Amino acid sequence: MKLHEYQSKQIFAQYGVPVPKGRVASTPAEAREIANELGGRVVVKSQVLVGGRGKAGGIKLAKDAEEAEKLAGEILTMSIKGLPVRKVLVDPAADIQTEIYLGITNDRAARRPVLMGSAAGGVDIEEVAANTPEKIIKVHIDPLLGLQDYQILDLALGIELPKEQWTEFNAVCQGLWRAYKENDATLAEVNPLIIQGDGHLAAIDGKMILDDNALYRHPELAEKRDLDVEAESETEANKFGLTYIKLDGEIGCMVNGAGLAMATMDIIKHFGGEPANFLDIGGGATAEKVAAAIRIILKDPNVKAVLFNIFGGITRGDVVAQGILAALEEVKPSVPLVVRLAGTNAEEGRAMLAGADMLTAETLAEAAQKAVAAATGELKK
Amino acid sequence: MSILADKHTRLVVQGITGREGLFHTEQMLNYGTQVVAGTRPGKGGEWVLDDKVPVFDSVKVAVEATGANTSIIFVPAKGAKDAMLEAADSGVEFVVCLTEHIPVQDMMVVRAYYDQKGVRLLGPNCPGLLTPGEAKVGIIPGDIAIPGDVGVVSRSGTLTYEVLFALKLHGMGSSTCVGIGGDPINGTNFIDCLRMFEEDPQTDRVVLIGEIGGTDEEKAAEFISREMTKRVVGFIAGKTAPPGKRMGHAGAIVEGGEGTAAEKVKALEKAGVRVADHPEQIPDLLAD
Repeated sequence: MKLHEYQSKQIFAQYGVPVPKGRVASTPAEAREIANELGGRVVVKSQVLVGGRGKAGGIKLAKDAEEAEKLAGEILTMSIKGLPVRKVLVDPAADIQTEIYLGITNDRAARRPVLMGSAAGGVDIEEVAANTPEKIIKVHIDPLLGLQDYQILDLALGIELPKEQWTEFNAVCQGLWRAYKENDATLAEVNPLIIQGDGHLAAIDGKMILDDNALYRHPELAEKRDLDVEAESETEANKFGLTYIKLDGEIGCMVNGAGLAMATMDIIKHFGGEPANFLDIGGGATAEKVAAAIRIILKDPNVKAVLFNIFGGITRGDVVAQGILAALEEVKPSVPLVVRLAGTNAEEGRAMLAGADMLTAETLAEAAQKAVAAATGELKK
Repeated sequence: MSILADKHTRLVVQGITGREGLFHTEQMLNYGTQVVAGTRPGKGGEWVLDDKVPVFDSVKVAVEATGANTSIIFVPAKGAKDAMLEAADSGVEFVVCLTEHIPVQDMMVVRAYYDQKGVRLLGPNCPGLLTPGEAKVGIIPGDIAIPGDVGVVSRSGTLTYEVLFALKLHGMGSSTCVGIGGDPINGTNFIDCLRMFEEDPQTDRVVLIGEIGGTDEEKAAEFISREMTKRVVGFIAGKTAPPGKRMGHAGAIVEGGEGTAAEKVKALEKAGVRVADHPEQIPDLLAD
């Protein structure tokens, strides 16, 4: 789950990371009020969960409160990469001498967190990583020991940070580490961390991504989820314990198990179709789950046929067939359905479905070919 | 012969009194696995499944009383970290964790601790393993595989069943089938299993089932070209998965251009592995 910049910076501040004294506004009038309190020049920043806000015109500098109000009014009516801007952060304009990148994330291959710093701050760090990886200094953190001060010194030396800033830099790094660890983040990033004209450090932009699997430990953070970034259908699927991801093709699919669901999408493509979605129905294909899955798949107007691929393991094929029949009674789909049951009690399941208004297949390859043909209208029951 | 589990495996089930734990313990017993103990704090002294399996309060007590050498964990995500650490300290050599949705920072701590202790972990978020005809430690349906010479290692669950079943339909059996799980940080990996299959006299051929995310398949490919003499056939799921989206498994995501199916297929083919276009091709590629 991604947090907005203002939310991330609020958390960083709790751990002693210095952030600007700005606040968030939902209306131009609020933006004006905040700018008035701050005095002087301010920066008005759209709060949307996508990168490239600046390039899209979502970050603007204002010379006073009046201009802040006007710019906030413009930004609050924008959409950036399809996401509506609902809030703006009004921060005092920063006095930037030097920009540094600082971030902690999970290094999957090393199986531990990694603290990364670069003197090339303020720009897209993925670009730096791709073009000049030597400019990123990495320090791996032992999950049993935590971040050590000498490691922060190593990083400071690596990015050639002047020694006047070392003490503050240590506090920023330790604060960022605690924010990452105590909130179960998968990413805690300050970009840029700046050295101001007065020599002090400030985190003028921040980003956090939290581990969805750990949100039960942070109910107050779970409430901050921004539903704008999720497709409505994906949120709906979650309610039923389904994992659904919408794609652009015309063949819907419903599968038990994530790996098999991917393999089913792939085989549709292999035989000339395009998958309309990923859908993992999980264990136990009950009528309720199957019905919810069919409803969600068919909400997508591009879907011309639906392929069910269920491997009966612990879940028996006849029980799955019952679920499918009950769901069809309820939903009455208008596009052709192809069903392929395999594994435990698959034959019994297939026999039960023989009378239903659907095409059946024994192998996955046969099912995929039939679904592709049914989607183009070449094949009918 | 086989790898990781056989008829000598003495299993303790952590979380045996829960719905899943109890159901799958019965399945494992019916398959012939020696389930010698279960644990559930507060229920020590009780018996489950018609008095077939004694319940203990802790894994350590269960190991002392029964000589269990392997543990399997059916504990929900909130308690899984503690359960894995408890198992690592109990005296068993091998721990299998099936639990899904474990926070990734928990797994980083667990994995670091297991490395220190020198205990082997399989999973989490995995179906466990099956040595057909000898032992089932997990939830892989016993009747979809027969004993044979094909070693199977996979990041997936039902996709693995699909492959086992396809092998069975072609009269091909499996030495051991290992599900290493779909999480980004786990215990036993592809290379560990490939090495064991290479050394296992019963295994003549190996099937490797990977998916998008991470670089474990690429590392496995390097290992295969360097050290494997046995034939390896591969399959990679997720060729049509869009980047930046987590495809069900926590670890199945293409991020920053890394972890694509195309890269993995390329690496495996370069290592001499024949990669199937879809799962049902695997028996043919193994045969000829």
